[in-house]
Amino acid sequence: MISNKELHDKYIKKAMMPSILCAGCGNGTVLNATLRAIDVLDMDLDNMVFVSGIGCSSRLNAYINADALHATHGRALAFATGIKAGNPKLDVVVFTGDGDCAGIGGNHFIHAIRRNIGLTVIAINNYTYGMTGGQMSPTTPQKSISTTSPYGAIDHPFDLAELAKAAGAPYVARWTIAHPLQLQRAIKKGLKNNGFSFIEVLSPCPTSFWRRNKVRNFETIYNWYKENTVTIKKAKEHPDKIPIGELKNIDKDEWTDLWKSLVSEVRI
Amino acid sequence: MIRISEEYCKGCGYCVFACPTDALKISNKINFRGVSIPLIDEKACKMCRLCEMICPDFAIVVEEE
Amino acid sequence: MDINTILGPREQFIQGDTACVYGALLAGCSFFAGYPITPATEISEGMSRLLPKIGGTYIQMEDEIASLGAIIGASWTGKKTMTATSGPGFSLMQENLGYALMTETPCVIVNVQRGGPSTGQPTRASQGDVMQARYGSHGDYEIIVLSPSSVQEMLDLTIRAFNLSEKYRVPVILLADESIGHMREKITIPEHTLIINRTLVDIDYTEYKPFRAGYLHATKIPEFDTFGSKYNTYVTGLTHNKDGFPVTGDWKVHSDLIKRLSRKITDNIDDICEMDCRFLNYAESVIISYGISARPALSAVEMARTMEKNVAYINLKTIWPFNYEFISEVSKQVDKIVVVEMNMGQIYHCVKEAVEGRCDVELVSSLGGRVPTPKDILEVLK
Repeated sequence: MISNKELHDKYIKKAMMPSILCAGCGNGTVLNATLRAIDVLDMDLDNMVFVSGIGCSSRLNAYINADALHATHGRALAFATGIKAGNPKLDVVVFTGDGDCAGIGGNHFIHAIRRNIGLTVIAINNYTYGMTGGQMSPTTPQKSISTTSPYGAIDHPFDLAELAKAAGAPYVARWTIAHPLQLQRAIKKGLKNNGFSFIEVLSPCPTSFWRRNKVRNFETIYNWYKENTVTIKKAKEHPDKIPIGELKNIDKDEWTDLWKSLVSEVRI
Repeated sequence: MIRISEEYCKGCGYCVFACPTDALKISNKINFRGVSIPLIDEKACKMCRLCEMICPDFAIVVEEE
Repeated sequence: MDINTILGPREQFIQGDTACVYGALLAGCSFFAGYPITPATEISEGMSRLLPKIGGTYIQMEDEIASLGAIIGASWTGKKTMTATSGPGFSLMQENLGYALMTETPCVIVNVQRGGPSTGQPTRASQGDVMQARYGSHGDYEIIVLSPSSVQEMLDLTIRAFNLSEKYRVPVILLADESIGHMREKITIPEHTLIINRTLVDIDYTEYKPFRAGYLHATKIPEFDTFGSKYNTYVTGLTHNKDGFPVTGDWKVHSDLIKRLSRKITDNIDDICEMDCRFLNYAESVIISYGISARPALSAVEMARTMEKNVAYINLKTIWPFNYEFISEVSKQVDKIVVVEMNMGQIYHCVKEAVEGRCDVELVSSLGGRVPTPKDILEVLK
C-alpha cells in the first residue's frame, strides 16, 4: 500500500498544501481515497481530467497534478459531459457537493445520469453550504439548525444516492469518511465502471454544520457517522439509520459508446 | 513507525478515533497552528494504516521499520 | 468524406439557420451542444443531421446553461465548438459566457434574436439583444459580436466567428435575428475557406504557465493546452494568476488579468471590426445599421442617391467591439447620422457617444418584428 508521503509526492501540487480546508473537514479524506483508488488502478494522470463546480468539495481538483476544470456553480456535470463527449478517451472525475450537485445543479445531475455518460462523480454530502458559511442545503436533515434555518429546517431533504438510483445510474455507492477503505474500493469500482458512477460520501463540516448544531467535539462528530449509518445488508433491521454500501451495480450502454456506434452507421 | 507532519496536521484527531489499537492518543502537544498533535504509541501499532487513509491532510505516515 | 461533398452543390437556396450550420462545418466545428428554441432550432437540427456524418459530436443538453457548459468543456479537449439559441436561452447563458471569457475558452454562440423581453415574440425578428450581448454577464469584459444581414453573411460570418474565437481565445457571438435565420436566399459555398486554429503550447512544460501570454509572439493571448496533454492546466473562473491558480484577494492580479482580457480585444479593433461602408466620400449624411435592418437601410440610401442626396451607408458586420474612433471620424464629415435598428435604440447610444454632438443623430426604430421600410428611413433623411 502506498504511503501518504508517496501519495502526496506523486499526485499533489506541493505549492497548494496544506489545503485551505478546515480542521475536521472530510474533503481531504475523500481526496486521499480517490488518489489511492487511482494509484491502485495505475491510471495515467495525464489522461485524466478532474472537474468540479463551486463549493468546498469543488476545491479538491486544485490539489491534484492533473488537468482540472473548476466550473460555475452547479454546472460541473454539464462541463464534464462536454469534456467526455469531446474526447471519450479521457477519464473524467467530478467532485461535487450536496448544494452544487442537488441544489443548483439538480437538473444537470439527473440528465447526466439519464444519458449515462461515462463520468465518475464523487458527491461529498456535508448537509450544508459550507463555503458561504452554513446555509440550509437540499440534504440538510429536518430540524437541523443552519444560518437560513435558525429555528430548525422544515424542508424534506434529498437522498442523493436514491436520487441517482431512480434516475438510472448504473453504479451507485454511499460511504462515509469514517469508512475510508470501503470508500476507496467504491471509487475504484466507480472508476472502472464504463457508465455514470455515483459515489456519495457523507462527510462532516464541523465549522458550518456541526458547530451550529451544538456538536463541537471532533470525536462526537466522527462517531455520528459510525453510529448513524448501517451497511445495506442490515438496513432493514435499522430503519432509522442511513444505509451505506454498494447500492447499485449494473451494466448499461454508455453515451459516448452509443454515439460512436451511431457515427459508424451514418458516417459517409 | 508512525510519523506525523506538524506542518500539515490540523489536529482533528480522526486518526485517533479510527485507530483500532489505541496506538494514537489525543495529547497536550501543540503545533504552530495551535492544535494538538496526536501522541504515538509505536508498540500498540498493528500497521493497519487506517490512520493514513482517514487523515484529511496527508499528515500521517506509517512505515515498517 | 470531404465536407464540401457532404454540403452538396456550390450554389444552394437555403435558410439562414442552415447557412450557419454550413459555415460552422466549413470552419472546422466538430462539436455542437444545444437546446431547442425558436427561431434557432433549425441550427440544432442541421447539426444533429450533419455532424455524425463527418465524425463530429452532437449532444442535446437539458437547457442552455448546460449547452454552453458542454461546449466550453469540449473546447478544452481541442474541439471547435458551437451552440445556438435565442433570447430566453441567451439570458440563461450569461453566467457561463462570463466563464468562457474569464478562462479564455474559444467557442461560438449563435443568438437568433426574437422579440423580448421574456418569451416575447418567438417567431418574429428583433435586434433587442445587442446590449445584452455586450454587457449581459457580470463584471468588466470585452467581447466580439458579429451581425449578418443576409443568408450568405450568415455562412461567411459563422466562419469568421470561429476564426476570431480561435485567434483571440474568446467566445464570439453571432447575433443574427429571426428574419435572417428563417429567410431563404441563394448562397455560394466559398471554394477556399481561410481557417484559423488556436495556437497550441509547444514549450518545455516545466516552464509552462497556462495563462501567461506571449511565449511565442508578443500578444496578450496565451497559448492553449488541450486536456489530455502532458501539461497540467487548472481552468477556473476565479481570478487566477499566470499559473492558473486562484488568487482572489490581490487587487493587482485581478486588475492585470481583467486589463489583459479586455486589451486583447481593444488593441485589435482594426483586425476585428469589419464594416460594409459605401458612398462615404463627400457624404452629407450617413445611415448606420446592421443585421436585417441594414437591408432597407441600403435600399433607402440607393433611393436617396437617385434623388441626388449624398447619403452614405455603413453596415456594422462587427457590432462589438464598437469602432468609436471610426464613427467619430465620420461624424466630423457629415451633418446627420441615422441609426436604423429593430429595438428602442441600442447602438444608437454608442453612435451618439462617438459623435459627441458634432452632428445630428437620429433613430429609426421598429418593433414587433416589423422590419423597417426604406420609406421609414427616407422620411428621417428629409
